[in-house]
Amino acid sequence: MAKLKLASYWAAACGGCDVAILDTHEKILDIAAAADIVFWPIATDFKYADVEAMPDGHIDVTLFHGAVRNSENEHLAHLLRAKSKVLVAFGTCAHLGGIPGLANLFDRKAIFKRVYHDTQSTVNPDGVEPQTKTQMPEGELTLPEFYDTVMPLDHLVEVDYYVPGCPPTPKQIWAVVQAIVSGQLPPKGSVVGASEKTQCDECKLKKNEKKITSFKRIATAQPEHETCYLEQGFLCLGPVTRGGCDTRCQLSGVACRGCYGPPPGVLDQGAKAVSAIASVIEAKDEAEIGRILAEIPDALRSLNRFGIPASLLRRKTL
Amino acid sequence: MTFEPKIVGILCNWCSYTGADLAGTARIKYAPNVRVVRVMCSGRVDPTFVLKAFAEGADGVLVAGCHPGDCHYIEGNYKTMRRMALFKKMLADYGIEPGRFRLEWVSASEGDRWAKVVNQITEEVRKLGPAKLRAPRRKKIPA
Repeated sequence: MAKLKLASYWAAACGGCDVAILDTHEKILDIAAAADIVFWPIATDFKYADVEAMPDGHIDVTLFHGAVRNSENEHLAHLLRAKSKVLVAFGTCAHLGGIPGLANLFDRKAIFKRVYHDTQSTVNPDGVEPQTKTQMPEGELTLPEFYDTVMPLDHLVEVDYYVPGCPPTPKQIWAVVQAIVSGQLPPKGSVVGASEKTQCDECKLKKNEKKITSFKRIATAQPEHETCYLEQGFLCLGPVTRGGCDTRCQLSGVACRGCYGPPPGVLDQGAKAVSAIASVIEAKDEAEIGRILAEIPDALRSLNRFGIPASLLRRKTL
Repeated sequence: MTFEPKIVGILCNWCSYTGADLAGTARIKYAPNVRVVRVMCSGRVDPTFVLKAFAEGADGVLVAGCHPGDCHYIEGNYKTMRRMALFKKMLADYGIEPGRFRLEWVSASEGDRWAKVVNQITEEVRKLGPAKLRAPRRKKIPA
């Protein structure tokens, strides 16, 4: 059987998804045996020009991770879609926007002001900001255009499969690679490498009745590790998050933050989180409700940490 | 041409929808800008409905239910109260002006109160202008 031509590309990414691929440990040798890596910026020396020179559909599978937040990311999204038979939105950023998606609460102007002028350790008396074109004696230098809005991959191109997770677990990566190699994949557009149920379904913590009277934070309160964190008042997004990661965070002593994205059929993970969590608050009058909710410091960022670009409204109003 | 706000109203069957109906049978004249969707209880209102309304072009959204203590299903409107309180914080984080979203209690006998609420939210949203939150859905519901 011919080796699969595999590509892995990072857009607005942190590198964690590439590390997760390497975290398959000895299985990376099996991956190398089954696939020829034709483009992998973090690990190989192939250039964009090499990809542009490929015939369309030349790459069998591209794992595209990172969100799209500048013109370079966008260019590669379109390029890799054209050159790939199967394009996978790999990891939470490509799937939902991810942590870079929090930038959708700001715009380019506010971000540049903070980064290039206002940060305490920045010394920039001439107010220099990156420009898309700069004339130098040697010629014109270009930089990608920085967009106001971060987008998940499928806002730009047709995506064949989604592998959720920040990053996807090595166990699930291996399962997805096996599915691709064996040709046993679900219908196009499906989420793979994850369960069809929520975190609570796999979570081994003891569940009783939820009646939250106050919210706590891991930074300032010690959770009890045998009982459901949400019951104890820690903001656990397990009820509104797809399972499949073996509840590693919960087993490590922290509440779920929702990186595997919404469960099947849910349009907006943040909206569902509001619904689920507010429903189990124990209060019946406005003043008491207000007091308890004041303990959630940052509604949108806490309840939709990873998926603002994929949410119904996509961003804060410009 | 004055701006005519498009406001989506989600009303509970037992109190607020009946109250709105009473405004109609009593021939009360009031602003026509609220498009009403009937649910059995305001406790059914998922914040997703409100966000979807905004994402599909609504300028304002009004959720109406029974007065606290009078819910036909006993406790449904307490859930609404708690959900909408947290949801309002999320809406503020999205940059949506508070005047665009309202939670009101309207009883079955309060036809004139319904008319007043509709007139108030219509004027407030008119002053705020079009919401411009329409975001095209580019993919189907997640598999």
